[in-house]
Amino acid sequence: MTNPTRIRATVRDGITEVRARLSHVMETGMRKNATGALIPAHFITDLTVFNNDRVVLSAQFGPSVSANPYLVFKFRGGAPGERVRVSWTDNLGESRTDEVAIA
Amino acid sequence: MNHQRRQALRAGGGLGLYALLAGAGLISPELAQAAQKRAGFDAHTLDAVLSALGAGKPAASSDIELNVPDLNDNGAAVRLGIVSRLPKTEQVAILIEKNPSPLAAIFTIPEGTLADLQTEVKVSESCPIHVLVKAGGRFYSVRKDVQVTIGGCG
Repeated sequence: MTNPTRIRATVRDGITEVRARLSHVMETGMRKNATGALIPAHFITDLTVFNNDRVVLSAQFGPSVSANPYLVFKFRGGAPGERVRVSWTDNLGESRTDEVAIA
Repeated sequence: MNHQRRQALRAGGGLGLYALLAGAGLISPELAQAAQKRAGFDAHTLDAVLSALGAGKPAASSDIELNVPDLNDNGAAVRLGIVSRLPKTEQVAILIEKNPSPLAAIFTIPEGTLADLQTEVKVSESCPIHVLVKAGGRFYSVRKDVQVTIGGCG
């Protein structure tokens, strides 16, 4: 089960700023639970952000990215009403895509 | 003596091994490619990450800005701000020197996207954080010492 990514995208002077908070445990695989057993690794490995169908950012993550990954970046272009889509895949094969209209 | 095995061992640990195994038909090219795509993430030292990324010894650059507080209460979420003023910045990587796996993230910056981003990383103990930038096919870096009160990986 996955939870939605919170996304905000605003365009100003021809530059769109995207702020996103992904919802993910980002478990390193090195932590132990109360009984001393290792908690298996579970983290986002790949992230892609689109403006309509154009890739505006892609990333590979390791488990050192914080839980509920936070991301802010800017790209040229984008117009109010266009879509910004954030898509991720994790090491267990789960994936999720969320989108928002540029304000 | 099995020469092929010797060669494989010599190349081992790095990507050479995957290439060899794929070449010998032992694993599928897709699997080799997938491993290559994650190059650097399984390395455990700064130098190993740099060599897996093909960065060698990156040149220190004052055109890369790394904004991070010197002192952080909580190592589980240390906020980083990164700006590269290097022309043709195509890749930005974050390396946390003393984390069990130093490579935290690699961002690929397409044409039209600004090399200006913020994110949060875990820092297991006080240590330097390095930002590695690939611009115009060459590697540059900047480092900053960061202190954490409570480590972020336990």
